[in-house]
Amino acid sequence: MSEFLQHLVNMLVLGGTYALLGIGLTLIFGIMNVVNFTHGVLYTFGAYIMFIVVQQLGLNFFLALPVAVLAGWLLGAAIELTLLRPLRGSDIDTTMLVMIGAWIAMQSGTLWIWGGVAKSVATPFPEAPLVLGPVSVSWLRLFVLAAAAMLILVTYLLINKTSLGRAMRATFQDHDTASLMGVNVDMIYTSTFAIGSSLAAAAGALLGPVYVIFPQMGDLAAVKAFAIVILGGLGNITGAVIGGFILALAEELGAGYVSSGYRDAMGFLIIIAVLIFRPTGLFARAERVG
Amino acid sequence: MTRALGLVGTIALTTALFAGTAGAQTIKIGVNEPLTGAFAASGTYVVNGARIAADEINAKGGILGKKIELVIEDNKSNPTEAAAVAEKLITSDKVPVLMGAWGSSLTLAVMPKLMEYETPMVVETSSSGKITTTGNPFIFRISPPSAVEAAAFKGIVDKLALKKVDFLVINNDWGRGTAEDFSKMMKDKGITIGLVETMDQGAQDMSAQLSKIKSSDSETVIVTTAVDQLTLIFKQAAALGLKKRIITTGGSQNPDQIIAQAGAAANGTMHLTTFLPWFPDKTPNPEATNYFITEWKKRGFEFAGCTESFRGYDGIRTAAAAIEKAGKAEPAAIKAALWNINIKGLNGDIVFRKSGPEGKESGQSQPNVYLIEINDGKVEMKTL
Repeated sequence: MSEFLQHLVNMLVLGGTYALLGIGLTLIFGIMNVVNFTHGVLYTFGAYIMFIVVQQLGLNFFLALPVAVLAGWLLGAAIELTLLRPLRGSDIDTTMLVMIGAWIAMQSGTLWIWGGVAKSVATPFPEAPLVLGPVSVSWLRLFVLAAAAMLILVTYLLINKTSLGRAMRATFQDHDTASLMGVNVDMIYTSTFAIGSSLAAAAGALLGPVYVIFPQMGDLAAVKAFAIVILGGLGNITGAVIGGFILALAEELGAGYVSSGYRDAMGFLIIIAVLIFRPTGLFARAERVG
Repeated sequence: MTRALGLVGTIALTTALFAGTAGAQTIKIGVNEPLTGAFAASGTYVVNGARIAADEINAKGGILGKKIELVIEDNKSNPTEAAAVAEKLITSDKVPVLMGAWGSSLTLAVMPKLMEYETPMVVETSSSGKITTTGNPFIFRISPPSAVEAAAFKGIVDKLALKKVDFLVINNDWGRGTAEDFSKMMKDKGITIGLVETMDQGAQDMSAQLSKIKSSDSETVIVTTAVDQLTLIFKQAAALGLKKRIITTGGSQNPDQIIAQAGAAANGTMHLTTFLPWFPDKTPNPEATNYFITEWKKRGFEFAGCTESFRGYDGIRTAAAAIEKAGKAEPAAIKAALWNINIKGLNGDIVFRKSGPEGKESGQSQPNVYLIEINDGKVEMKTL
């Protein structure tokens, strides 16, 4: 029983970060319909910003987080302006190929700048974990969970309760009509991509200090992000959050009670099942197709 | 215009060809190591050790009157890449001998290429038993196979009063081979084997496996993986309040890095290593060990890397000794000469003995294995 409780706690801290990865991508992949292969690199980028600010500049850990979010926002905006804007209206394959190119170029860039050897970031949290009866959890992971929950809430409110969010939803539902209603469509494309990118950078900045930072760290994160988005339904923020926790639960229980060797396979078995039985995602509403 | 361009192209090509011939003034040794991916830290240490050996040899005038040149390629911690890199080094760079490929799965992927091109390789780190038992006569290994590690560990299991042991190993030929060889040895000793948990080489979160181990009734965990993943395991085990004795194997632990990054969680842990940079006087070849450590520090590398980098140093010296003995930089001659070398490695004499099926034996030298314990943030030696 105590083992099961520990697995549940692990699931919570892991699921929070998966959810964060998922909502960033669901904005770009789900709402903008761009197969964003740079999501993983932005995750890596956020982690390296953390490394620069904390380890190389010696600045405060908590200051580094907003810096990473801002840097992710700027890099995302730059990618949208230089690569995606000229390609707007071209087919999804062309955009996808360009994004694959950007992914490889940026990953090689991080390798070139920082080298392949993993870096770690010191944190201000105590080493001794918080022990609650049979379960224990590190303070850093609790902070990451809290920060992720906050970012998810802010994103949710931004999309659903602000005029920017309304303009975003309108733009990607019907680009021309939104434009006729006075929405600055160009600005919406750039800011949506930038917001999604800053969420990826935030996830990297939060998880970099938990794990280690290296140029390929984003690859597995990106694969999982795509899985979460498909699980939750394209463009569905609540779905992405729940999808993140389902993936974490599957991995924890799969590794704990089935076989740790297939830990990463568990999530993908669920994806296959979802694609067969509910191809629009677990939480998709009924849609009119005609 | 097109013609002029063609002419420029021809000139460039000719110059490149001449440059290639000029390169033949050196003797090339191919180095196939993971410089990116999961084993980047370890592979980089080995390459830096290899460079020290090459510089030392060249400072003394090189071999056969020529300087040696390391052709270093990154196998990205990926078996497919490791095989491709070996092919590139042999066919394009025309190296007569290789060193590599760090991980067991990487080395196993390279082995068919060695057969295909009949080029020998000095294996500096890999520990899977399969490497020297499948009948590849181009393999010459200077690192201990996991069965040798297990045999060395056998002497101390009574002293440690081991009763029930869990394993947490990397999910590849190295980790699974270690779990197999250690389980066999321990079962003979009457020790119960509990869980055998695995982790993917790129995995960063081992909390699920560690939670399971935390709830088991064993008192000891044997952990096999490289330094980056080990550091994460120590941190995550501490966060979960896992209080079992942890013993690591494989010689890629860099204990000083564990002390630096895992802090108090490292105390009481034991590690099977293949080099003793903390106690140069206790190594088989103190003079060479001191030279190597001084040179390593002079280059500004972290001391923690010594336990890994010495293998690159020994590996290149092994290859160079064979080239010198062969009298020419040709694969067949070097392969024959490898059987006759006897050099003083940092971890014992490097002399190859036959291993594997008759008629196509691989070479295996007999390096030492040591057990160290971390106490109060310091490394202590345990007698095996």
